[in-house]
Amino acid sequence: MGNWIINHGLTYFILVVWMAINTFLFVWFYFLYDLGDRFIYTRHILGSALSWARAPAAVLNFNCMLILLPVCRNLLSLIRGSFMCCGRTIRKQLDKNISFHKLVAYMIALMTAVHIIAHLVNAERYYNSRHGDYDELSTALSNLGDTANTTYLNPIRSLSTTPILLVFTSIAGLTGVVITLALILMITSSMEVIRRSYFEVFWFTHHLFIVFFAGLVFHGAGRIVRGQTATDPPHDPKHCDDEVDEWGMEENCPIPQFAGGFPQTWMWVIGPMVLYVCERLLRFVRYLQSVQYRKVSIVIRPSKVLELQLMKNGFKMDVGQYVFLNCPSISQLEWHPFTMTSAPEEDFFSVHIRSAGDWTQKLISVVEQLPAGAQGPKMSVDGPFGTASEDVFDYEVAMLVGAGIGVTPFASVLKSIWYKSKESNPKLSTRKIYFYWLCRETHAFEWFADLLQVLEREMEERGMGDFLTYKLFLTGWDQSQATHVMVHADKDTDVITGLKQKTNYGRPNWDKEFEQIADVHEWKVVGTFLCGPAALASVLAKKCVKYTDVDPRKTKFYFNQENF
Amino acid sequence: MGKIEWAMWANEQALASGLILLTGGIVGVAGQFRDWQFAAYAVAAGVFVCLLEYPRGKRNKGTSVERTGQYCFTVCVKSFGPLTRNYYVRAFIHAGICVPGGFMLATILGCVCLGIASLIYLAAAIRGEHWEPILPRKDSARKPVADSINRPPQNPPPRPPAEMRRKRAEDLEGAAYVNPIPVTANE
Repeated sequence: MGNWIINHGLTYFILVVWMAINTFLFVWFYFLYDLGDRFIYTRHILGSALSWARAPAAVLNFNCMLILLPVCRNLLSLIRGSFMCCGRTIRKQLDKNISFHKLVAYMIALMTAVHIIAHLVNAERYYNSRHGDYDELSTALSNLGDTANTTYLNPIRSLSTTPILLVFTSIAGLTGVVITLALILMITSSMEVIRRSYFEVFWFTHHLFIVFFAGLVFHGAGRIVRGQTATDPPHDPKHCDDEVDEWGMEENCPIPQFAGGFPQTWMWVIGPMVLYVCERLLRFVRYLQSVQYRKVSIVIRPSKVLELQLMKNGFKMDVGQYVFLNCPSISQLEWHPFTMTSAPEEDFFSVHIRSAGDWTQKLISVVEQLPAGAQGPKMSVDGPFGTASEDVFDYEVAMLVGAGIGVTPFASVLKSIWYKSKESNPKLSTRKIYFYWLCRETHAFEWFADLLQVLEREMEERGMGDFLTYKLFLTGWDQSQATHVMVHADKDTDVITGLKQKTNYGRPNWDKEFEQIADVHEWKVVGTFLCGPAALASVLAKKCVKYTDVDPRKTKFYFNQENF
Repeated sequence: MGKIEWAMWANEQALASGLILLTGGIVGVAGQFRDWQFAAYAVAAGVFVCLLEYPRGKRNKGTSVERTGQYCFTVCVKSFGPLTRNYYVRAFIHAGICVPGGFMLATILGCVCLGIASLIYLAAAIRGEHWEPILPRKDSARKPVADSINRPPQNPPPRPPAEMRRKRAEDLEGAAYVNPIPVTANE
């Protein structure tokens, strides 16, 4: 239990707080409308459907406020930066921003369903009471209305208005339908299968959020849910509700007056909307800013990996961060994320781009056709944005796991360690690094093997050969490769990567690896960093919990994951 | 990223519309709304759409992820042949199904959603996509492992260098190699 709290405690605490606020809002607003004296007559017509519509509305306000915050990347970077003092556990929560965004979205979907169903019932009940299908009081209440039509209760003002007509002629109804459609389209297009395979569909459809928020702000403007207002002398429903015929004639029971509730939603969402607009403005400013290519900048390796070395004024990066690149000559709208492979100590920043899709292929062909010595195509950069790997240097022992293309953030980490150790940087608290590299085939990553080779040489020259332990795991191998390896088994360097460390075949035995590290580093805090698939993440997260010991004399493993 | 297969999104959208239509129908029937007969229709239509759309089609490229337990639905849907294979047919089925939903407030949202799904299916059909079932692949790709060797080697080591090789005179036919120099049995 203790080891579980160390790793997941804060995450679940945040979720519990979020859920508690949701529950509180729901219950509070439910009883506000279920018990409030202002709504006695409204409730008489609508029954509990009134509360069932208003309580989800309050929860929706809260969640619509939250949903924009986790996608403000620059804001998160800012928060991450200002929490530098406050420990890595808090910062770690910021990496789960997209999970939180999804969770809030699920809550919005659920509450929207409840809200709509309740309002369907409400519309039907208003319609029936206008037609006199209920008791005398309901009919009388529905018939109320002054000449200016401002103090009525029943929004269905004529006998010919059907529920459908009500919805399509009122602000609340019309905006409600539009934003629900926008929400449904956004949800269906962000299902895993669409998001992963047809990102453009997801990306462009998700911009319906503009429609969603515009509609949301005006949704309450129609003031369609009406409560009783004070009159002089006061009209007390508890006394007057059985003397409908006497209303207005008797001293104590004047004709009741009603008014709509003040629209509140815009107050909830205006803050995050402004923040998001700033975010997009910043992105636009960065789109306009110019980026220079470094002189020897474009290196096409045999496996079609493009290395871009770029320079930009005022650009300051940290290890393992990523940038969004936009190449207007390919597409004005598409921003693609790339992890930077350079160290903060270098005066430029670099990305390695592998040909993996339309955009990257086009970029590579554009670069290939460039005349010698020419500058690359115009490029805009948004970022840098932080991820978990920034915290590597906070742990005394770091265990880095990169799977496939997931080695890229660690390229930056390793380079930076190299620079730091060269300068004997006192800030470097890391004493030992374990690096695991799992991949199906290495030939796409020669550039990374190059980097490791350089590091290996440097480390040995400086007599810190045991600072970095790395293990390579080749998960996809065949017989011919195995034979090749057997033949060269007694050579000093590995046949595939040319590194001192021999490649392992198959997947690592994590239990063994964790046990070994736990044995060697008692008293230490080990940061485990993964950049790789979700399946591996859940395995590693479990192992981290399993091998963490609450006993301060034993090893603790903290799990960090990088998202793609 | 490759070519977008619109049918995948249409499928998600149609399935969601089916559920929304079903929910709206249940609310309408349970609340005995005016014209609740349309709601009863929506329940049936919602169930039908869900059944039709639950089995996800196969993607042209890349791996197709099945929905949980979709196999038996796949078989049912597949049995209708061209009716369920062709996305034009689907687009028209959905367009037809959604119309009666528009006569009642409770089902109007499902109706519009299904209409949108129908439009996306139409786009998919125009781009030449069609539904292919995801069926479990027969695992024939694995190479059969060679039979284990259970006979002793014919020419066991240690083996002399090639020029020194000679057959044992007692068993000239039994040897695996040719004698480099003619030999005779010791006399």
